[in-house]
Amino acid sequence: MTFQQPKINTSPHVSDEVRKTTCYMCACRCGINVHMKDGKVAYIEGNRDHPVNQGVLCAKGSAGIMQVNAPSRLRKPLKRVGERGSGEFQEIEWDEALQIATDWLAPIRKDDPSKLAFFTGRDQSQSFTSFFAQNFGTPNYAAHGGFCSVNMAAAGIYTMGGAFWEFGQPDWDHTKLFMLFGVAEDHDSNPIKMGIGKIKARGARVIGVNPIRTGYNAVADDWVGITPGTDGLFILSLVHCLMKAGKIDVNYLAQFTNAPCLINGDEKSPEYGLLLRDENGKELVIDRATGKLTPFDQKGVKPDLTATHRHAGISHRTVMQHMAERYLSDEYAPEAVADRVGISAKRIRTLAAEIARVAFDEAFELQQEWTDFRGETHKTMQGRPVSFHSMRGISAHANGFQTCRALHVLQILLGTVEVPGGFRFKPPYPKPATAHPKPHCGVSPDKPLDGPHLGFVHGPDDLALKEDGTPARIDKAFSWENPMSAHGLMHMVISNAYAGDPYKIDTLFMYMANMSWNSSMNTRGVIDMLTDKDDNGDYVIPRIIYSDAYSSEMVAYADLILPDTTYLERHDCISLLDRPICEADAAADAIRWPVIEPDRDVRGFQSVLCELGAKLGLPGFTNEDGSQKYADYGDYIVNHERKPGIGPLAGWRMGEDGLTNGRGGVNESQLDNYIDNGGFWVGHIPDEALYYKPWNSAYQDWAVGMGLFDSPQPYLFTLYVEPMRRFQLAAEGHGDRQPPDHLRERIKATMDPLPIWYDPSPDNHGDDYPITALTQRPMAMYHSWGSQNAWLRQLHGHNPLYLPTKLMRENNLQDGDWAKVTSPHGEITVPVLEMAALNENTVWTWNAIGKRKGAWALDENAPEATKGFLLNHLIHELLPPKGDGLRWANSDPITGQAAWFDLKVRIEKAKAPSESQPAMEPIKSPVGKGPMQLTWKVGK
Amino acid sequence: MTTLPEKTERKLGLVIDLDTCVGCHACVISCKGWNTENYGAPLSDTDAYGSDPSGTFLNRVHSYEVQPSQGEAQLIHFPKSCLHCEDAPCVTVCPTGASYKRVEDGIVLVNESDCIGCGLCAWACPYGAREMDAVEKVMKKCTLCVDRIYNENLPEEDREPACVRTCPAGARHFGDFADPESNVSKLTAERGGMDLMPEQGTKPVNKYLPPRPKDTLSEGAGDIDILAPYLEPVAQEATGFLGWLDKTLEKL
Repeated sequence: MTFQQPKINTSPHVSDEVRKTTCYMCACRCGINVHMKDGKVAYIEGNRDHPVNQGVLCAKGSAGIMQVNAPSRLRKPLKRVGERGSGEFQEIEWDEALQIATDWLAPIRKDDPSKLAFFTGRDQSQSFTSFFAQNFGTPNYAAHGGFCSVNMAAAGIYTMGGAFWEFGQPDWDHTKLFMLFGVAEDHDSNPIKMGIGKIKARGARVIGVNPIRTGYNAVADDWVGITPGTDGLFILSLVHCLMKAGKIDVNYLAQFTNAPCLINGDEKSPEYGLLLRDENGKELVIDRATGKLTPFDQKGVKPDLTATHRHAGISHRTVMQHMAERYLSDEYAPEAVADRVGISAKRIRTLAAEIARVAFDEAFELQQEWTDFRGETHKTMQGRPVSFHSMRGISAHANGFQTCRALHVLQILLGTVEVPGGFRFKPPYPKPATAHPKPHCGVSPDKPLDGPHLGFVHGPDDLALKEDGTPARIDKAFSWENPMSAHGLMHMVISNAYAGDPYKIDTLFMYMANMSWNSSMNTRGVIDMLTDKDDNGDYVIPRIIYSDAYSSEMVAYADLILPDTTYLERHDCISLLDRPICEADAAADAIRWPVIEPDRDVRGFQSVLCELGAKLGLPGFTNEDGSQKYADYGDYIVNHERKPGIGPLAGWRMGEDGLTNGRGGVNESQLDNYIDNGGFWVGHIPDEALYYKPWNSAYQDWAVGMGLFDSPQPYLFTLYVEPMRRFQLAAEGHGDRQPPDHLRERIKATMDPLPIWYDPSPDNHGDDYPITALTQRPMAMYHSWGSQNAWLRQLHGHNPLYLPTKLMRENNLQDGDWAKVTSPHGEITVPVLEMAALNENTVWTWNAIGKRKGAWALDENAPEATKGFLLNHLIHELLPPKGDGLRWANSDPITGQAAWFDLKVRIEKAKAPSESQPAMEPIKSPVGKGPMQLTWKVGK
Repeated sequence: MTTLPEKTERKLGLVIDLDTCVGCHACVISCKGWNTENYGAPLSDTDAYGSDPSGTFLNRVHSYEVQPSQGEAQLIHFPKSCLHCEDAPCVTVCPTGASYKRVEDGIVLVNESDCIGCGLCAWACPYGAREMDAVEKVMKKCTLCVDRIYNENLPEEDREPACVRTCPAGARHFGDFADPESNVSKLTAERGGMDLMPEQGTKPVNKYLPPRPKDTLSEGAGDIDILAPYLEPVAQEATGFLGWLDKTLEKL
């Protein structure tokens, strides 16, 4: 019998319409094509024209359809009617919800705006939320950077005027060696995957430095399974090897960095250790041509790296000399560090040699003329094809700032930043720390704050302190405890508010921040703080307002819930004022727009702030007649101007002769212009401005035209970070603003203006708890909100604790056994699984898979709620007590970054319990449970 | 018993690069999304928010640890879907003719209206590449996005399988293995593309590119001594280093 092949339709109808918007599953912000059928979302794919993802899309992005139809979506504003934590709510109308919020917030603003603490979690509208907080007048505002990766951001900006995060990228088209430190998945999620694919296709090498060999490290050509927390020591050993071999870019260092700048060598001077400057504040160098002291930026100057300036019997030496003295020391020789970093001396040398080989033997030039800030024209662009990327892994340690600094110093010594083949900034970076705002904390009743909350300090004068020297902010950001805390310390807000240290607050207002679960250290303790009452029977933290789109664990702990929309039901702008979607070759920004309307009584949180701001009479949110200024967030995006001609979106602004980009007036059709263009705008950087941006006149001029700066801002990379020295000087007794005595020695030791490494493990009782415990998010869930996604939870519904072979054997453990894991703070009992490709003294698990029973519309028997667990129970927001009665934050002493990855534990085999321990009681769900079965086909 | 075509005009299939697959599951979910909405019955999920969620997936990524005799352990991500075998045992075992291999391009498909859900094909497939849909009770499998690759309602550049279009690392390639000049044929030749379990005699069309050798900068690996001269010291201590620096600056 001959088989008759069926005829099938190979050209079926795909969709009625494609609506192009921006994904919101993570900080990557890819362009997406949302295919619509019958007015419903039928399929989501990447937008090929989009600068970020060029058509590709990760698992989260493709699973967006399950995020939009999730049963855990909140449906209506909620007012708490039971005790906090009971989950007893009453659904209310929006009018009532907004009136309650107004009645709580208006008196605070009138008397003392600092009684409001307003913090946002996975927010991507910080320029807007901070605008609200600033108008309200509270100093207590930040987003989640402080508990995420502020070390990486702050070290990058203080050192080179730009950071990794999503703010820069390797030169994927030219790099030949790509080295990743502590990156599992990243903000630049799809671009890194695309980049790795691209460079591997042409045979370039990837080196992964990470205690865990998963994801990018699994495909790395070489894996360096470093001991957690020792990256800084390893990097400084690479620096030692490279300097000793002369494998540094001498010309680059002399021209573009503060290596030739002179350091005041007068031990008796209050400026000892600061840079010599002229009367205009310009750093001074010795010109090799004339031998004279001269400002660094003069035409024709050839800065001398080795000069010494003798004056009044004092020798002032260059930064380079100080670096040679420190890093050539045997203290940093591979043999001296090998045991601590867990990498053999021979391997350290080999890695250093490979870096040297590629940076110098494979150097190349692009035939592109450019002119530097001194007015010198270069015929070509020198390329050094070694690039680095790093993120939370090296950042979330108490030594993270100095470690991140060390990595940037390594990049700069090699001359691989902003050069072909190296690491490149994306607009609005490069932008030196000095071009950022300073923190503001000037509070007046009934008035806005005196300036932006967050910024970059340059010495004790910039700290956010009250007149009595105590911290002005509830999170103690920009205080002597952590002076350079550029992103605030969200992880300390509840703990400090509960302790009344530095003061009590009235209302805690949070957005997308799961503080009663995986976003807090010491989860159980935080829950207790949220529910504890004082002697009068009042909650210690009197009022909590919370906005979220989903039934997260935090919902039960708020008094008023403002339900947010999903990402396809809202306006947003991914703005140059904030965290845009730029590429190294282009400025770019994007919008989200409601490609579907909510089928619930929910409102975009930012639109709610527009209304709430007006009800409170905040000046930025009201017209002169007192009426509401912005109807909603979309209206704000179009009509708000930060200063004349500069708004949230840079594309399609109104110029004198029609539409223009960058600077320009309000264009009422701007959102339509974005929608017509696929939801984004791109403005390309001219060819002669593509590299050497901090020093490239063509780039500086382009950036001014675009509105990124008001005037050209060329600067030197700061191998030596002078602001840190100013804090040391204060600790040594100089100046009026003095640290408390108990912090003096720590400031002197940690605020070294050249990178150092110190061991955080003694503070975490590393002798008694010798194993480091880490977490990472799976790629399919990185930075996403909620693992209740029906498709993604089938990929990552379980999170065993992965143990290296050695620890499995030592503890007589088999796959599926249970172990008790103990830290100085607490203990958990969890299932274990062996993993061989893992540092032998490290254990890890997937973060935030564990869910509380009753949350996220999951069944109470869901594996996330029974076998899933959080390491957070083992981590305290404070270090173990030192016996001095003081509360020492478990944070980097420089930036306040939460030191998640300093967690030290012990492990022992345990009898299998019925569920992971601690098992917490269920919370009542405000949304019920999800359906049993899904057959999600929207087309006929 | 269903017969296979003696020869297909084209041999469409995938090349999957195990050297670059980072195990992100983008392909898995993109496939789930497209094929839930398109060809045949939707890919269902049972107990979707419960204790034992289980859904139909036409493509899954498995991860394996490899412990070489020398050197560090490795983790290999291994995406797996139907390999559209030339000698597909899932077709010949089908009692109703529902499973078939297309003569024009070699794609193995299930005609759902003829499928009785007996599951013989899944037993016959040595790769475990077929999944019975728990709700519809029909056999589901990778269609190589037969409703995309010829679809005139899609822009020409999008006429490729959803998994290939979405793969962020560029680890998946689609083409015609019957054409020696195609991208997939060339990649297979250049990179030593391999059959999965060739001993099964199924002649899979899809090919896997093996991971490149790893950890060559490790102790005991070959590159180590070649690189040593790059760290020849210019000086032993700071003063000598500054002298070298001075000379280098002089030459600039």
